[in-house]
Amino acid sequence: MNLELLQQYWWLLISVLGAILVFLLFVQGGQSMLLCRRKNELATKYMISALGHKWELTFTTLVVFGGAFFASFPLFYSTSFGGAYWLWMTILISFVLQAVSYEFRAKQGNLFGTRTYDVFLLFNGCVGCILLGVAVAMMFFGAEFTVEKTNILDAGAPVISQWADTHGWEAIFNWKNLLLGVTVLFLARTQAALYFMNHDADDEEFFNLNKRSVLINGAIFVMFFLVFLAVLLTATGLETVTDSGLNGWNSTYREVPYKYFLNYVDMWWCLVILLAGVVMVLYGVLRSVFAKKFTCGIWWTGIGTVLVVLTLFWVAGYNNTPYYPSLLDSASSLTISNSSSSLFTLKVMSWVSVIIPVVVAYIAYAWYKMDSKDKNSTDDAAY
Amino acid sequence: MNDLMSVVDWSRAQFALTAMFHWLFVPLTLGLSVIVGIMETIYYRTKSEQWLKITKFWMTLFGINFAIGVATGIILEFEFGTNWSNYSWFVGDIFGAPLAIEGLLAFFLESTFIAVMFFGWNKVSRGFHLTATWLTAIGASISALWILVANAWMQYPAGMEFDPAQMRNIMDDFWAVAFSPVAVNKFFHTVFDGWVLGAVFVIGVSSWLLLKNRRTDDAMKSIKVGAWVGVAGMLLTIMTGHGSAVNVARVQPMKLAAMEGLYDGGCNQELVGFGILRCQEDMKPGEDPFVFKFGIPGGLSFLAHSDFNAYVPGIYDIIDGKASDADGKEMTTANYAARIEYGREAHEALRNFDKALTEGDTAAMAEASERIKANYQYFGYGYLDSPQEAVPPVATTFYAFHIMVICGGFLTLLLFVVLWAAYYRRELLERRWMQWIAMLSIAIAWICSQAGWVTAEVGRQPWIIQDLMPNRAAISEITTASVQLTFWMFAVVFTCLLAAEVRIMIKQISKQSKES
Repeated sequence: MNLELLQQYWWLLISVLGAILVFLLFVQGGQSMLLCRRKNELATKYMISALGHKWELTFTTLVVFGGAFFASFPLFYSTSFGGAYWLWMTILISFVLQAVSYEFRAKQGNLFGTRTYDVFLLFNGCVGCILLGVAVAMMFFGAEFTVEKTNILDAGAPVISQWADTHGWEAIFNWKNLLLGVTVLFLARTQAALYFMNHDADDEEFFNLNKRSVLINGAIFVMFFLVFLAVLLTATGLETVTDSGLNGWNSTYREVPYKYFLNYVDMWWCLVILLAGVVMVLYGVLRSVFAKKFTCGIWWTGIGTVLVVLTLFWVAGYNNTPYYPSLLDSASSLTISNSSSSLFTLKVMSWVSVIIPVVVAYIAYAWYKMDSKDKNSTDDAAY
Repeated sequence: MNDLMSVVDWSRAQFALTAMFHWLFVPLTLGLSVIVGIMETIYYRTKSEQWLKITKFWMTLFGINFAIGVATGIILEFEFGTNWSNYSWFVGDIFGAPLAIEGLLAFFLESTFIAVMFFGWNKVSRGFHLTATWLTAIGASISALWILVANAWMQYPAGMEFDPAQMRNIMDDFWAVAFSPVAVNKFFHTVFDGWVLGAVFVIGVSSWLLLKNRRTDDAMKSIKVGAWVGVAGMLLTIMTGHGSAVNVARVQPMKLAAMEGLYDGGCNQELVGFGILRCQEDMKPGEDPFVFKFGIPGGLSFLAHSDFNAYVPGIYDIIDGKASDADGKEMTTANYAARIEYGREAHEALRNFDKALTEGDTAAMAEASERIKANYQYFGYGYLDSPQEAVPPVATTFYAFHIMVICGGFLTLLLFVVLWAAYYRRELLERRWMQWIAMLSIAIAWICSQAGWVTAEVGRQPWIIQDLMPNRAAISEITTASVQLTFWMFAVVFTCLLAAEVRIMIKQISKQSKES
């Protein structure tokens, strides 16, 4: 196993985790719909029950995504988290509030009332989706940072990664970043409605309510997604010209018009997967809306989402593309090679990654056992 | 520089705040998960409905606590990036791995099977449910293992070497990181402390049930399980606590000296039972640092080296370069003024290496590399202005350590008395004063646990990585105002959530206590 191969492998794993995370954001999408349906008590009960059994998977995937990024690409971790401080802190606070809300919302003595916890869930649903989208969008549209490793020897100002004074606010209010953020939000809402259709198909009224949701949110999502895709494919990106120095330090970069479009062309298999993913998402949405009772839409859109997001990560990082372009100093841009862990650590982590299929298998088995009986049977600990 | 130190101080305050909040919930999760596992095992074996009800009673409280533990935990992982970004780069190659492994091995285990624990009673078989309960408990402990491996590595960096070309440390021995003696001991000490806290919680809440004369039989049965777990946990905590002292004496002698308020060391050094320290600023050289104290002669020497006559250096001795060897004999090492020079020498050599690397001068690189290697063990001292900066806050470390020991002593006595009374003198547990003591002991268990962490973390200051990186070199490039704002944001949010959690717990205990 050589370093380059392992760097590619770990970018692949990060892509997989990121893609699964985006799919699992259907939990956040569902939360974003809670308050608009608050007058419909039965609908609220169904939604909370369905989401309350799954939120931890999304939460855990986010934590593992962060941990894996730290272990495999520590320079990204130190640059992005330390730089875009407010972006990440807002995301984190929203997830902190989410983590207690399901458990606390209906419990006696929760101090703030059920409505407050539902507002927390709404906050996490909207802000979590949009800001995670913003964070990912910076991988295409760049961020305002510089990296100078010799700073570590300056006792008065030792930080190697410096960011613009706005510390993340500039990224949040960048329209291109927000475009992806809003796209992710409406994707999550569409998938949440599809998930409810799958989870609670027996209640006709609830089913039709979600069908309408799929139509509205799905249409808005498709519109935003197409605009995002157009912006991405016409964007100018950076390309590594020379990958010199140990671990790609001292590399030089040049601007390439239509870089991400060209990446799809160069990596034609990415384009095929992207198109397959888009078709699956559209099929899942359209059939759910127009068929009388189609409950498997979530699987079609879910797998489609994973495929599309995978290709987005791949065109961001593969094919000599810096996955974190610097808008202040292109030489500071982060690539898979200059930001990764050492060969030894990547090897160790690769051995650990062998356990991933086991993890997936026991999660699937546990949920198969849980879902094999009546989904709405009374739980002792229902939310 | 002033602004730099202000950011460092606020970043430390924020990490301390979030970590201490998190640590309110984690030990209860560790302890209660084992106790619930034992209770459900008894139910599985006996098929007794009473044990099922007892299990569900404690499982509900476990769930409430678990959620807020998860909520407060996510911040800590990401704070290494947001507030300690230089650290994340400098040692991310080593430190990131345990965090990633924790997520992969432990979090998924916990999050999957805790769902089965809570929602699976009517959906999976009894055997599968019991397995899920134990897997949740194991997941919690595995999670603790990797976090504590990461923490132990900061206190005793091992299994890595410095790469001057990348200006960071890289891992070269994973097993040395994962199973360093400090990590192994710290893991067991912490997990067993969780057992004690969980046990005291169960005994305290059960005593409240006895006081209110509700579900008294369930309460008695719970006390028995709690007392057994508590006594076992306490004995193991004491054992590993001694191991911690030995490790600290070996790898962090300055911390040991601060824990004991020991400025001038020597042989046959006494262990301070308790004392009041003089104000550090008013203290004159050679003056007794204590207003009053009582101690055990030779106790500290024995604690550190299992020899009443062993040499233990004090703070002034360590600054002057005195140390004790593995046999407890006095030895000489580099004094702190020299260490600062060596550290600066390493910095200078690193600058030269970088220059040579840019110019492609391999001979100069090799020469600089040798100088770095020779001085790297003192790399962090190069950031310090004076030897006094390497002394941790003595009063905080001293009092935290002694509060931990005193609380631990009290809890040991309590657990043995409760275990004995549960089998041989049940009427003792029915006395109101005993019930009040047991209930108030819940707070003492938390104070003990928190004091332990304050000792460990304040005692290692100013190092974020022992001897290699002080806090001031580890931070992110953010403004003091930003960190102040997030500090207060977390303070308000976590305090509100804690208040809600405590109230929900109380309501839940009260509600469930009325169920027959």
